[in-house]
Amino acid sequence: MSGTESRSAVPIVPEGWTPKSGDDPVVRDKHGLIGAQVSRLDGPLKVRGEARFAAEYLMEGMVYAALRYSTIARGHVTALDTAAAEAAPGVVLVMTHRNAPQMQPPPLFLTAPKAAGGSSLPVMQDDSIHWNGEPVAVVLADTQEQADHAATLIEVHYTSSTPRTFEEARQHPRTPDSLVGQPVEVLVGDAEAALADAAQSVDLTYRTPRHNHNAIEPHAVTLGWDGDDLIVHDASQGVKLHAWTYAQAFGLEEDQVHLTSPYVGGGFGGKTLWSHHLLGAAASKLAGRPVRVTLSREGVYRLVGGRTNTEQRVAIGTDDQGRFTALIHTGISAMTPYNALAEQFTFPARHMYATETLKTDQQVVDMDMLANSFMRAPGESVGTFALESAIDELAVELDVDPIELRIRNDPERDPSSGLPFSARNLVQAWRTGAERFAWEERMAPGTRREGEWLVGTGCAAATYPYHRFPGGVARLRLDKTGHATVEVPAADMGMATATTQTIITAERLGLPLERVTVAYGDSAFPGSMLAGGSGQTASISGAVIAAQRALVEQLLALAGDDSPLAGLTADEVGGRDEGLCELADPSRWESYAQIVQRTGRDEVVVVASASDPEEMQAYSMHSTGALFCEVRVNAVTGETRVSRFLGSYDCGRIINPTTAASQFRGGIIMGIGLALMEETEFDERTGRIMNPSLAEYHVPVHMDVPRIDVIWTDIPDPHAPAGARGIGEIGITGVAAAIANAIYNATGRRVRDLPITLDKLL
Amino acid sequence: MIELAYVRASDASDAIRRAADANAKYLGGGTNLVDLMRETVETPAAVVDVTGLQADIHQTPDGGLIIGAAARNTAVAEHAAVRARYPMLTRAIVAGASPQIRNMATVGGNLLQRTRCTYFYDTDGSRCNKRSPGEGCDAIDGFNRYHAILGASENCVATHPSDMCVALAALDAVVHLRAGSGERTVAICDLHTLPGDRPDVETVLEPGELITAVEIPPSEIASRSTYRKVRDRSSYAFALVSVAAALELDGDTIADVRVALGGVAARPWRAWRAEKALLGRPATEATFLAAADAELAEARGLAGNAFKVELARRTLAAVLQQLTEEARR
Repeated sequence: MSGTESRSAVPIVPEGWTPKSGDDPVVRDKHGLIGAQVSRLDGPLKVRGEARFAAEYLMEGMVYAALRYSTIARGHVTALDTAAAEAAPGVVLVMTHRNAPQMQPPPLFLTAPKAAGGSSLPVMQDDSIHWNGEPVAVVLADTQEQADHAATLIEVHYTSSTPRTFEEARQHPRTPDSLVGQPVEVLVGDAEAALADAAQSVDLTYRTPRHNHNAIEPHAVTLGWDGDDLIVHDASQGVKLHAWTYAQAFGLEEDQVHLTSPYVGGGFGGKTLWSHHLLGAAASKLAGRPVRVTLSREGVYRLVGGRTNTEQRVAIGTDDQGRFTALIHTGISAMTPYNALAEQFTFPARHMYATETLKTDQQVVDMDMLANSFMRAPGESVGTFALESAIDELAVELDVDPIELRIRNDPERDPSSGLPFSARNLVQAWRTGAERFAWEERMAPGTRREGEWLVGTGCAAATYPYHRFPGGVARLRLDKTGHATVEVPAADMGMATATTQTIITAERLGLPLERVTVAYGDSAFPGSMLAGGSGQTASISGAVIAAQRALVEQLLALAGDDSPLAGLTADEVGGRDEGLCELADPSRWESYAQIVQRTGRDEVVVVASASDPEEMQAYSMHSTGALFCEVRVNAVTGETRVSRFLGSYDCGRIINPTTAASQFRGGIIMGIGLALMEETEFDERTGRIMNPSLAEYHVPVHMDVPRIDVIWTDIPDPHAPAGARGIGEIGITGVAAAIANAIYNATGRRVRDLPITLDKLL
Repeated sequence: MIELAYVRASDASDAIRRAADANAKYLGGGTNLVDLMRETVETPAAVVDVTGLQADIHQTPDGGLIIGAAARNTAVAEHAAVRARYPMLTRAIVAGASPQIRNMATVGGNLLQRTRCTYFYDTDGSRCNKRSPGEGCDAIDGFNRYHAILGASENCVATHPSDMCVALAALDAVVHLRAGSGERTVAICDLHTLPGDRPDVETVLEPGELITAVEIPPSEIASRSTYRKVRDRSSYAFALVSVAAALELDGDTIADVRVALGGVAARPWRAWRAEKALLGRPATEATFLAAADAELAEARGLAGNAFKVELARRTLAAVLQQLTEEARR
């Protein structure tokens, strides 16, 4: 025996087990890896610059692409003069709708199992223009600078009609087909009637603006054709989905697309498939040369959809004890006919509070704009601003502490579905957080002043659903040295997915971290994974659980009669000390290395599919959090500074505190931006984004971010693999409301439209 | 590719000779000009690098300072005499941009940086009278949060973005210029022009004229001065409104005062009217607000920036209040 200190073995899940059936064994039996602080395993590579990103791949004979974007929102290209560009030095190809190869429109992300398109519009197939910024030409040249210059030489003429403004479009709202696969409307009883009869009520309107993606790595892809096969080095959140989407667009077999995406410099929902992906492949096909497309920061704004704007109504009625008798959350958002995301801001109201009646409903209005898309906690991020602000306003009406009001209305079961919660410890998060933050020191609105600065505190709840996506498959390799390798087509956009899965897999198999490798980011791996919906950790874990059982069954079958494990079944053994042992008699143990060596093979390989995510149908599964913040608002200028922030979360088991804290803090910082400064300047006269740069589109700078304190309940969810519900998105939720509520406490003023810039507080 | 000649000037006359071509630009730190070239707002045929020219900061016989135009912003902000005698200048410089940019940016380049109006930058998709005279202005009815409330015209509402210049305006700095025909000086407050019907013309510089230095006269009052910048985030944002001010009391009476505003006009805005309304008056909030009102009487807000009139009023009064309190200590 060698390696880790001897501890109890982790049993293998029973045949037919799913998270719905009960605890993942790895939750009960611990070797101390889950919950230990582990730095990102790929950190040193990234620091040394050895992690190669999409725009850093070189391909033989590669040329560089530059895109020319339309300057009208709606109309047609009437004339294109490309002669000067074609004659410019180094230019290899100018592609427009006149010579672009035929491509099928990309299937829309989340509308089909094998789709990653951010928009379903055909890409450069005719002269029509649908948004300001739509690509009208692609130039390929020997250098990026030559391509960039040549793109400016193209003369484009248009006929255009005036784009619809939000005010015009809202005259013609429509009901979307669904909200990310869920019903659009949820009704429990007659909420409007209950609101009218309520002893106390609030009925309020909140607005949130458009936001754009600003991942540190602008979108990029390096690709080339090898005969009829397409080789793609991508920056992707859904490796298989991207490969499959390419195959559908170009009429290829799925296995003709070879796509890798080992490192991604931030995704946040934006690293899905956009027109530059298909344009690059189309131009490469025409030119017969590999192509690198690296979007400029402006290019990301022109081509990659962001978060849409919303107008939300939240109405709450209560009885004379402050118990909710009616909860209504409705509203509208802007979108296009070519995308599927209405920004499901009404989701939090469906499960956060006990209420006698409930109504949530959303409508959308179509505008002439780039397809809006997923951006960290789509829906919940801005929905919690409205809901959690309204609850704070209600607390003021009722003259009750806002935490007490929330605890009083904490539900026993999910108020919309009636399902039991898999786990819900929000009240504990509130109490622990309140004590740590010293919430009881809070003063009446507008009464605490330090010089020019008005000081106030506020709170809000955070929430984000658990997701485990169907279709998860893991390949598990165990070699004769006892080293295990997991292969999944997952994506790691910097959140340390591979590190997290190394920890869980090592814990599960009874191996030290250095004896586990998690390989990912390659479309050659089986099944499908998506770094989205905060669901990747659960999705990979679910597949590895199945693979582990398959592996152990095979090892036991191959081990032979000489093994100390001879005759045992998978249900009778567990992983421990780099090998397997009998659960009832741990002295019956053999190392993985010895078992594989007995088989005479170099390695034993299994492929297994995750169970269907039926736990999501059986339980209401959500992470929650209690947020506390202190703000300082300048009485002279209206400037707001967040001076303290505490997030107290209930997200199930926290696998790796080091990277989890980073996830929470990053989300909270993004929430500070959402609250105080982020806004896409969308000029409605032209449909053009006017601040497509990090100088003009404000995100928080260091000085805007206080020390952020993060704690968690760490109570495992009995119905989630490894007990973990996922933490990628909850960090941004609730933050804007906590800040807005603190601003109210500081100043006595309510701001119901984001961002809360100083002019709104003058 | 756009052919671009780069030459490094050995001295001022060399620079002027090399920049004689109509389409040449002087290049300082490049922190604005290079951006403008990337966006094709500026398309010079040649850039003449003047960062090797006069960069020292030295004292004049009368106790003022001469700052070479090639001095880096950081060097000026950190200079002991600037910090001690003109604290508003140090504070203004460090309120701008980022340390990296300030390490590159020169004083001459800072004076001549161009507006950050997003329509000005959008060569492809927006109209701009400053870029293409007569084309129209998309900012007036568009996004104009950072735009002018004073001295604007129906053709242009852009602001000068510099923080440093606001302090220099309050300090009565003088800009030293040199051309083939000789040398001259221009008061900083006269360097930048208001847009009128020629928003493409931004300064009184003649073609090819070179800024060689900035002179700050001796000033007793400047040692009790400050700069306050109000913006949309804590750092790395342009001023919505800024105030550079210095104040001297005689008892409770304002004996001397300097005030300039930033973020409100196409040039650093010396608040002459406010100063007049302050001199000889008691240093009270009522006086400060009345002075602000006098300065802002002709201010005109647009849909996106009307709040800046009130913001400027409050900030001006608060800065004077702060200086008063410091003077009484």
